[in-house]
Amino acid sequence: MAESKKIDKSKLSKKQLKKLRLKRKTYILGGIVALLLIASLIAPMLTPWDPYATDPLNMRAAPSAEHIFGTDYLGRDVFSRVLSGARTSIFATLVLVIISFVIGSAIGIICGYYGGFVDNILMRITDILLSLPQLVLAVAVAGMMGGSLTNALIAIGITSWTSYARLARSHTMRIKQLPYIDSVRMTGSGDLNILLRHVFPNLIGSMLVNATLEIGTTMLSIAGLSFLGLGVAPPAAEWGSMVSEGRAYLQLAPWTVFAPAASILVAVMIFNYFGECVCDLANMNEV
Amino acid sequence: MLKFTIRRIINLIPVLLILTFGVFTLLYLTPGDPALMKLTAQGTAVTDELLELERERMGLNQPFLTRYINWILGILHGNFGNSYADDMPILPKLLDALGYTMVLAIASTVVSVVVAIPLGVLTAIKKDSILDNIVRVFAFIGNAMPNFLISLLLMYLFCIQLRIFPVIAKGSVQGLFLPTLSLAIPMASKFMRQTRADVLSQLDEEYVIGMHARGVKERTILFKNVLHNALGGVITIVSLQIRVLIGGSIVIETIFRWPGIGSLMMDSISARDYPVVQGAVLILATLQVLVNLATDISYCIIDKRIELE
Repeated sequence: MAESKKIDKSKLSKKQLKKLRLKRKTYILGGIVALLLIASLIAPMLTPWDPYATDPLNMRAAPSAEHIFGTDYLGRDVFSRVLSGARTSIFATLVLVIISFVIGSAIGIICGYYGGFVDNILMRITDILLSLPQLVLAVAVAGMMGGSLTNALIAIGITSWTSYARLARSHTMRIKQLPYIDSVRMTGSGDLNILLRHVFPNLIGSMLVNATLEIGTTMLSIAGLSFLGLGVAPPAAEWGSMVSEGRAYLQLAPWTVFAPAASILVAVMIFNYFGECVCDLANMNEV
Repeated sequence: MLKFTIRRIINLIPVLLILTFGVFTLLYLTPGDPALMKLTAQGTAVTDELLELERERMGLNQPFLTRYINWILGILHGNFGNSYADDMPILPKLLDALGYTMVLAIASTVVSVVVAIPLGVLTAIKKDSILDNIVRVFAFIGNAMPNFLISLLLMYLFCIQLRIFPVIAKGSVQGLFLPTLSLAIPMASKFMRQTRADVLSQLDEEYVIGMHARGVKERTILFKNVLHNALGGVITIVSLQIRVLIGGSIVIETIFRWPGIGSLMMDSISARDYPVVQGAVLILATLQVLVNLATDISYCIIDKRIELE
């Protein structure tokens, strides 16, 4: 960034200018995402009220200076609950994205590199999983295993690794044909060494772009399961389950529904926008 | 064309086999004794002999593979098994609910296609205009909205504040409006963005410049060439969205009490009536597989080159 400021802008082509602007936007958004993550880590410590303390005299109180987002049907402060739910909602999403990223890439790289029978079987399985409605499977699995955050993550994870596996596989198949892999092999490097040091670093970029694009959708899936009562169990504060709890009081206390739901919306919007910028930037670099 | 279709249909057989196997294993692995669950669901006092008798009757003492094959054979004969709750066949319930889900799915797909595709084309032609920016902001927000937020917002607005529609849909025509809108808004946002991007990339192609140079009318280029070429991408996103739509209908049907497969599934999960859940998953997944088939065939109709690959 510091260097780019010194460049005389009038000398740049339209395309370069556009790229510069996009880069700046991506950095700013990256900063916002980082802030969001840090905020969600420390937010549960900064709650003005105890998110679990009930107050029978103050049930379903409308938003006021004291309770910014009002109180819910048990008199709990909605703002404090939204803050303390941020960590669960956002980090559960990230954990799921990271785990499916790691498992999916590992399977994809191995399939792409070795090929053969195992590759055939695994790719058939991803074909099938990719062709099924994800949330339906997740609801069935989470519903039968019983609702808890871990079960919800497993239920979504069953299908979420497949897109990474396919992407990693196609990149690996392209990379392994490049001449430098042959020369590495001539030096006597083992497969593991080739995969980890020469194949993986070359595909991690586009895999990460894909992962940032997935954060928003993953967050929506988890929130959907929680909303259906198949994710985080009610007393715990989590955005999806808060909406679910507040739904019965939509008429009397709409803020108990809309405060956590709006938080999901804002978080997903930030992640989506960041993902799109990263993706655009990556596409531009390729061209 | 015919050959292509037949090949795709033959390809479906292993998919459906693995699918049924997965769905069956899911129920098999579920903790709890089905015979016990069934007897408790029916409110019978459970004794050891009764339990043993019920196990025998349900075929639970047979090995896993035998049970799976029996179950598949049953399904091929239209017998999805009986519900734990009332011991009635599952299939009529599923088909009944499927009708409602289909109505909802078709209505919302039609609404979003009709709204989104013209808007997508319009915003692509008038790129960076005020209209373009407004529509894009709306589409971006619609894309990031959890579907329960949309439906609860609509419910709050139309049912509680304006009192135009009933809160509980119960399958009426009037009640169809809000669930359709809830499903259509996020879908329309995605279609709009995709159509816009596809038309924009087509407008950059050299053939468009060439046609302009030859003096072909703007309208002819747009409707005869650009739209036709952009259609492939749009069909892809529509078929991908059907996957999201089928999943989303669970949430929407639960909220509006629309009597489709989604709410049947949720009710059965809370009643621990797992055979119904099993049947619902199977039906919805089969529906999805058929949609995929239809998509592949329609690609082939639009672009003859695909058949050769």
